[in-house]
Amino acid sequence: MNETATPSFPKHLLDFQDWRRTQVESLLETAQMMQEVLARPVKKVPALTGFTVATVFFEPSTRTRISFELAARRMSADVVSFSGAVSSTTKGETYRDTLRTLEQMGIDAYILRTDAAGVPHQAHRWLHKPVINAGDGWRAHPTQALLDAFTLREKLGDLEGKKIAIVGDILHSRVARSNAELLPMLGAKVVACGPATLLPGSLPGTTLTTNLKEALAEADAVMALRLQKERMDKGLLPSLPEYIAGYQITEERLRWARPQAPLLHPGPMNRDVELEGTLADSPRSLVERQVANGQAVRMAVLYHVLVGKKS
Amino acid sequence: MKGEILIKNAKLADGRGEHGSADVLIGEGRILSLTGGDASTVLDATGKVLSPGFFDPHAHLREPGQEVKEDLQSGLTAAAKGGYTDVVSMPNTSPVVDSAEIVRALKEKAAQIGRARLHPAAALTQGQEGKILSEARLLREAGAVMLTDDGRTNEDAGVLAQGLQYAASWGLLVSVHAEDAGLRRGGVMHEGKVSFRLGLPGNPAYAESARIARDLEVVRYVIQGPGMEALRSGKSLLHIQHLSTRRGLELIRQGKQDGLPISTEVGPHHLTLTDEHLESLNPIYKVAPPLRTRTDIEALVEGLLDGSIDCVGTDHAPHTQDEKELDLLRAPFGIPNLEVAWPLLYTELVLKRGFPLPILIERFTDGPRRVLGFSPIHLTEGAEASLVLWQPNNQRPVEPSAFASKAKYSPWEGWMLQGWPVLTLVEGRRVFASEPLL
Amino acid sequence: MTFKSKLLNEDEVRRALTRIAHEVIEKNKGTDNLCFVGIHTRGISLAQRLVNLVERFEGKRVPMGILDITLYRDDLTEIGLQPKVRETRIPFDLNGKAVVLVDDVLYTGRTARAALDALIDQGRPNRIYLAVLVDRGHRELPIRADFVGKNLPTSKSEVVKVKTQEDDGEDAVELWEMEES
Repeated sequence: MNETATPSFPKHLLDFQDWRRTQVESLLETAQMMQEVLARPVKKVPALTGFTVATVFFEPSTRTRISFELAARRMSADVVSFSGAVSSTTKGETYRDTLRTLEQMGIDAYILRTDAAGVPHQAHRWLHKPVINAGDGWRAHPTQALLDAFTLREKLGDLEGKKIAIVGDILHSRVARSNAELLPMLGAKVVACGPATLLPGSLPGTTLTTNLKEALAEADAVMALRLQKERMDKGLLPSLPEYIAGYQITEERLRWARPQAPLLHPGPMNRDVELEGTLADSPRSLVERQVANGQAVRMAVLYHVLVGKKS
Repeated sequence: MKGEILIKNAKLADGRGEHGSADVLIGEGRILSLTGGDASTVLDATGKVLSPGFFDPHAHLREPGQEVKEDLQSGLTAAAKGGYTDVVSMPNTSPVVDSAEIVRALKEKAAQIGRARLHPAAALTQGQEGKILSEARLLREAGAVMLTDDGRTNEDAGVLAQGLQYAASWGLLVSVHAEDAGLRRGGVMHEGKVSFRLGLPGNPAYAESARIARDLEVVRYVIQGPGMEALRSGKSLLHIQHLSTRRGLELIRQGKQDGLPISTEVGPHHLTLTDEHLESLNPIYKVAPPLRTRTDIEALVEGLLDGSIDCVGTDHAPHTQDEKELDLLRAPFGIPNLEVAWPLLYTELVLKRGFPLPILIERFTDGPRRVLGFSPIHLTEGAEASLVLWQPNNQRPVEPSAFASKAKYSPWEGWMLQGWPVLTLVEGRRVFASEPLL
Repeated sequence: MTFKSKLLNEDEVRRALTRIAHEVIEKNKGTDNLCFVGIHTRGISLAQRLVNLVERFEGKRVPMGILDITLYRDDLTEIGLQPKVRETRIPFDLNGKAVVLVDDVLYTGRTARAALDALIDQGRPNRIYLAVLVDRGHRELPIRADFVGKNLPTSKSEVVKVKTQEDDGEDAVELWEMEES
């Protein structure tokens, strides 16, 4: 058989610290091939027959879990799922106990979601099998960033020199952090914008601003982030109307961006908060496309992380 | 002359300086002679250094109630292994050490264990709840050497002022964990470019400095009040624990220049580790106050050198392995370090940076003793034989699995260190001896 | 690897393909429902040639698709390498078609097996033929080719390399010897 091998890949996806541009681009190409599989009448290939993956979610997230599980099943992997709550004491089972138990059952890869930053890294230290981060606290959500990049490239082509504005609660956003790692790697310029109390002091790969007009000016694409209502309770924001007045993406404000600049949102969306009502359903919105691409991207991630022995 | 132990050819180094080699004869709990004599046990200490026993003004030994993390037996053994002859234990236990009975019970138990000596700190307020003052007079009588609500922060400045005033009138030092709870929020690491990038809640340096600034003003206020005539000249009234920031140090330095009766300590981790270690996303580095930056380390070393920082306090804070393997939000704060403090700072400060040895010894011995009102121990005939013999040349990695502490993990695991203690004596009694010496 | 000999030159490759094209037309009794699907990489250029030849002989251009069998390999749990997933594009309906799968070399039969599975996932052809430029023997599965350019007995330590103008700048079939390991 012809052996056209892809560049060797990290056997985990915790964030993009260990990934190079060529690897990411190769993965996005694979995702393109997976799109073709998803367009067939039979949306399933036998590639991962014999592999078992576990989705281990310590924080509930139906959408991400379904996307990963479908991706795995369309690749013919067996899927088991574990949902658990973590307590702040060690009275219950620890992360390590849970993961080690699964390891004894012969899991080949772990898809991990937690409310705390760093658990995928910790799991990677404890386990001998690949760990895929499905979101950890405010830190990273690499498959979301990959599907965002994939969707943006689908629409804009090469991202070199493109300006992407990310708007909302940057401080608490793993989506913003992963995109801040990934998009600049692909040549894009990222401007992160939000209320002063929801911006970090610095974020490598981005320009930070509280000025929405500045952020949107000449932007090639605009990504709005979900606003967690609990930010108001912590005294970080006075009120929802206050956020909307300052930072909602409206039809009118979108005129600051390039004509036809597409609109992204990682979901789930608070209607009429992050985006003005009609925008989410307008032709400029790529929100549904993001969800569809999520599956292809996750299939590609599973392929690259699982196939081929550790180098 | 006849003694019990003769330590031959030991290089002498204490808080005053280095004093060349001597044959140190020990008996009746004292140094009998520096020129040899007869003894039942003779040790050849060629190549080793003899110093006064180290004094730790700040350790969490977890007894009573948290013996799963540490207890007096393991903690005081760990201390002796680390060259410590004296340890001040923090009162944030379960129950809180806020009564004379508990202080007495701890003292008695520690005496039976017979390793490093225990000097309990007691709570400043009952139950460390920050409301009602604890019984300073009765606690002192039972053997408490310090009052503190460490483990918590003193949010009510009024209660702190009253506590300082009352404790001072009974000659007791008050120490504080100086962090502003509001600014600290849920921070689990130093707030800065690393925390921003990692997406971890940050604890800003200003949470510490803002609180120190407030507390210095509280001291200024308190020393105007009654009961202060009794204030021993030059003695500290308020001790600021585990200083971690450059800005906090500047405030303390200024406060001392203004003549305020204050003192402070710095921990081994704040002198050797930075927030960049958190990039490993390993809760082993989670500690409060958090690991800061290179700039802070430089300032703290300078402060330790010029005496703005009085002493090294370990803030030895053991937890179980399971607890430290929780995630970074849920894992408890704390680093165990009693067994590595001296070799760590000897290697990192003296050997690598040229920090003067006598000054480092002073910060481990006379410094903490002075802060707490204990007499210094110097290597002279007649001095109390609470001593440590250590090995300046042998290099050995930190091996947490061999710790006497129950916390068998360490952020310094694998670091190659010199200066390991080989013998610790409390009043002439062996409380630790390394295998080759036995 | 060391070069041993040239098994087919440009003319011989051309003649072999011409013969295959004629045999395909004959077997299918013309071009009705006929289509070609080339397997990555060199099967694609060979399929393209066959489509052109059929057009030359019959005056009709039959559809062609390309097939990547990576996701159908039976060794993905084992191999150390991570094969690149390449494009599959079959821009016509396979139902009822007579498909000629085209590959460069038939060896163990595993590629053909994977290709059959991949093809069947895309639709339900009436008939699937297998055409190869070289059959070198050593089958590991019960698979045979319907159209063979050249049968070449080889040893397992040898490697048969098919070169095409499109992929390699020349048409040739070469025999190479693997290095002693």
